[in-house]
Amino acid sequence: MQKLISVRNLSFRYGENPVLQNVTFEIAPHDFILIIGPNGGGKTTLIKLILGILKPWEGEIHFHGAIANRLGYVPQFSGFNRNFPVSTFDMVLTGCINGENYLKRLSRDDIEKTSIILEKLGLYNKRRSNINALSGGQIQKALIARALVSEPVALFLDEPTASIDITSKATLLDLLEEINEKMCVVAITHDPTPFAHTYKHIACLNRTLFFHKRGELDIHTLEQVYGCPVELLGHGIPHTLLKEHH
Amino acid sequence: MSCRIAGTWNSPHLIERAPLIMQDILSYEFMRNAIIAGIMASIVCGLVGPFIVTKRMVFISGGLSHAAFGGLGIAYWLGIKPLYGAVAFVLLNALIIAEMGNDRLHRNDLIIGILWAIGVALGIIFIYLTPGYAPDLMSFLFGNVLIVSSPDLINTSVLVLIVTIAVFIFFRGFVLIAFDEDYARAKQLPVKALNRGLLVLVAISIVTLIQVVGIILVLALLTIPVAIASEVSMNFKGIMFLSVLLGILICVVGLFLSYYSELPSGALIVLVGGVMLSLTKLIKGLFI
Repeated sequence: MQKLISVRNLSFRYGENPVLQNVTFEIAPHDFILIIGPNGGGKTTLIKLILGILKPWEGEIHFHGAIANRLGYVPQFSGFNRNFPVSTFDMVLTGCINGENYLKRLSRDDIEKTSIILEKLGLYNKRRSNINALSGGQIQKALIARALVSEPVALFLDEPTASIDITSKATLLDLLEEINEKMCVVAITHDPTPFAHTYKHIACLNRTLFFHKRGELDIHTLEQVYGCPVELLGHGIPHTLLKEHH
Repeated sequence: MSCRIAGTWNSPHLIERAPLIMQDILSYEFMRNAIIAGIMASIVCGLVGPFIVTKRMVFISGGLSHAAFGGLGIAYWLGIKPLYGAVAFVLLNALIIAEMGNDRLHRNDLIIGILWAIGVALGIIFIYLTPGYAPDLMSFLFGNVLIVSSPDLINTSVLVLIVTIAVFIFFRGFVLIAFDEDYARAKQLPVKALNRGLLVLVAISIVTLIQVVGIILVLALLTIPVAIASEVSMNFKGIMFLSVLLGILICVVGLFLSYYSELPSGALIVLVGGVMLSLTKLIKGLFI
């Protein structure tokens, strides 16, 4: 199987508190991986480690090919500084900046790519608006545009469906499905149900990570069992639906 | 108080006589120097202030400017130029904050608060230890742009030049770390170095400003022009440009009023800024 990123025995702690322990999994070029798990389970920490925002305590993250600087990041909406004085266009354009070119002027090519992405995501008429004038769904799209403009090989999203309305959620999911045709998508979510059609694998993370290939853990089955969409998944705790991890 | 200067307050014809008054004021070397110092301070305020405001470094700036007092005190005691003491001490504190700030275990505001107090305490002790009365002490606390000498201006212009060139070169990097530090890290920008560089620029700006408005009022010039500019422009470069212009306007009007009212210049500059900000908010509230 072709691999893109291999995470091996990854551990991380904030001070004395271990957040991740011995996390091992592989990401393939066209994967669509959902990372689920309880709050404080280390979901955001894990993708921050892969993206190089945090440094691993132990273990390693191996990139197959020169792709370390070709990862797209869509941060959590709630932690995002909406009041920063920047237009939608300029915000998306910052996606072109990287460690090598940040001292140079941005090229005409970068500006063109930004226009194309904005057009594609239906934000072109909002390009001059300040980012705090955008709706939740529009900001989420603008953040995705910022990540896509650098032409990444993998897109990492932190809670992309949180705090946006149902219509925006549906468009967003279609968009992610389309993006997935070109690159791998890794999304943290507390609500896997909307991804039922698109996801390929599920990673359950609560300090340690358990990787479930599609079929092994089927959201539809879960829905049928519950008779309603499932928001919470738990392993080995009361009302369990799954076998305990061993 | 040493900050006062003689003048007459003759308001009815003030507007008509403004050009003459300006000529009158500019005929004094100390007033020319004061205005030049005000303009230079406004340039650094406009260039660095928007980063301080958007990156929420206002408290850091307050801490650094008060810590400068320690440097001033030590310089007095050693008998060297106070400005040099202030530069060295503020830079040292900026680097301590940068170092501690990178460590998640330390709370940034705790360190800043402590450095703030220690700086002031050191200043008090060393000034107390220095024989004789330190005449410029009040000027450093509350600012006295009217005693800025020509050599001071040359030193200050070097600082202004450093800030201007650095902001020009590293603009994109600074904006990105102010906007979204995690993203800058993910894009492999040297975030740690940029943060440190920005803190050094803040430190240099503060020393430049201390001469104009004094330690206690530095925060006003770093924030008020930016706050007014942010009401008008929603673009980072626009805010920078407007902040420089507003800073110059605030300083010149403040000095002008100080000349005629015999009130301390630093405090008047700050109050002019405060009034302008209130008016901007009021006008915006009424019409928009």
